[in-house]
Amino acid sequence: MQPGKGLLMIQFDAVHKRFPNGTTAVQDLTLDMPEGGVTVLVGSSGCGKTTTLRMINRMVDPTSGTIRVAGRDVLEQDAAELRRSIGYVIQQSGLFPHRTVSDNIATVPLLLGWGRRKARARAAELLETVGLSADAGKRYPHQLSGGQQQRVGVARALAADPPVLLMDEPFGAVDPVVRTQLQNELLRLQRDLSKTIVFVTHDVDEAVRLGDRIAVFRTGGHLVQCAAPAELLARPADAFVADFLGAERGLKLLSLTTLAGVAQGPAPEGARWQLTLDSARKPLVWHDTENDTALPLRPLQDTDSLLSALNESIAAPSGLVARVDADGVLTGVSSREDIHDRAGRVHSEASAVAA
Amino acid sequence: MSVDWSWIADHTDDLTALTLSHLQAALTAVLLGLLVSLPLAVVAHRVRRLRGLLLGLSNILFTIPSIAVFVLLLPVSGLTRTTTVIGLTIYTLVVLLRNTVEGLDSVPARTKEAAKAMGTRPLRTLITVELPLALPVIMAGVRIATVMAISLVSVATYIGDGGLGQLFTDGFQRNFPTPVIVGVVLTLLLALVADALLVTVQYVLTPWTRRQKRGV
Ligand SMILES: Nc1ncnc2c1ncn2[C@@H]1O[C@H](COP(=O)(O)OP(=O)(O)OP(=O)(O)O)[C@@H](O)[C@H]1O
Ligand SMILES: [Mg+2]
Repeated sequence: MQPGKGLLMIQFDAVHKRFPNGTTAVQDLTLDMPEGGVTVLVGSSGCGKTTTLRMINRMVDPTSGTIRVAGRDVLEQDAAELRRSIGYVIQQSGLFPHRTVSDNIATVPLLLGWGRRKARARAAELLETVGLSADAGKRYPHQLSGGQQQRVGVARALAADPPVLLMDEPFGAVDPVVRTQLQNELLRLQRDLSKTIVFVTHDVDEAVRLGDRIAVFRTGGHLVQCAAPAELLARPADAFVADFLGAERGLKLLSLTTLAGVAQGPAPEGARWQLTLDSARKPLVWHDTENDTALPLRPLQDTDSLLSALNESIAAPSGLVARVDADGVLTGVSSREDIHDRAGRVHSEASAVAA
Repeated sequence: MSVDWSWIADHTDDLTALTLSHLQAALTAVLLGLLVSLPLAVVAHRVRRLRGLLLGLSNILFTIPSIAVFVLLLPVSGLTRTTTVIGLTIYTLVVLLRNTVEGLDSVPARTKEAAKAMGTRPLRTLITVELPLALPVIMAGVRIATVMAISLVSVATYIGDGGLGQLFTDGFQRNFPTPVIVGVVLTLLLALVADALLVTVQYVLTPWTRRQKRGV
């Protein structure tokens, strides 16, 4: 995901939000979100993430300060029209139970006066985009699984092709497997669409996976740090951020780096552990020549993370990781030491860049 | 008590006319009741402070004995169909108002939020999201109100109207049970048919509530 041409799509300038009951949800927030990038808002419960998000489409109006979307102050725009130009996805989808999936997706196009036929066609197109069958369009939301409903929620937000997408814990209510699936699909979609996305989550791993930038909030609505994931993990601004990122933040950093930079050599000949290949030179198992047993292996590509390489090198009895190209054909092996060295360098480089 | 079948055969035209007149009074009252209670319910639903007042008021109206309502209306609208219809409407109000408010309350906040966040304006949200989702509860009220109105029309016999109720007076005065029995049976039938029709209407209007198989 490449942040766009450096244009600032969403700008918060000294924004405060105090609710009538006296709660200060957001305090003196100044934050820019670049066009075409994913900004993830994280922080513990009640720290003002949702409020921040909802001030962008005027579901909540700030007490003071200005918010600009594409350079225009949101308070100077008609709220309903502004909302139609911003996609919004919420937890548990918030779909209309009395409308079919197609009609749900067609909501904003119909509000914009596209006409039934065009709106329906667009809904059909989006069903495919989010990986649902055309048949699902005729169903009602309650007839879909939670994960499928969430996909419909994303399709509905994308319907009028808005430049900005707000997502409030969109994958919070689905199981981990489906969650990973939905995250992958969002990343795939984002590669094609390059929307400016503001994404709220509780989950640090999700933030690291999806974010181009991560903004960490502290209770009381203070923004503590906003940085690229690698920078954040390598150099948390203070103990609060470090705590929030968790003790394994070093490992999380490795999940962001690929295996590409690690040296590889030829597979070992004549040693105890031999790599067994099939006829197409795809690695199958590690063969133990001493007692003629086989141990499973997981070949890795250049695009796999340093974290999975470290994991595989620990699991492999030989301490070697089999490297393959995109077709699964062996290109070489890397040693535990090489991977470990690279991991150490990544960590110190990230710290140095941030310093 | 035996039924004089020949009397029935001789009076089919009268019976048809009375049945239609009975039905017309009841249905007009329910429609008027809906027309009045809908805006009131929206107000009661949106403005918390007016809610207790409106519901309380309709409760008080409900406790006035039905004959008294007609008598009180006499100076205003006289011995007319209008008096019957207004009287009945007052009785439908309490059920319709309460159920419509409850129906609107039952719409999930998340759904209304979603409509707003998509850029739907309040009136359109009311018509295209809130009322459809409130429909099952509102229809439950309409069914009760309809059956109630159908049974209450007979009371208007005291002011010279009353549809099938006229058969009761007729039968009592002549000590002749057939019209009474016929009146009761027709009223019951009317209520049953009206209710069945309303169930069908609701079924047609709320396709999303029907049970269907899950999964894609
Ligand atoms: N409409 C409101 N009226 C009063 N207080 C509110 C309102 N909405 C939110 N708050 C308060 O503002 C603070 C921030 O709320 P917000 O929903 O933005 O937090 P959040 O970071 O999204 O939390 P969570 O992770 O639990 O979703 C909380 O203390 C909350 O109780
Ligand atoms: Mg929230």
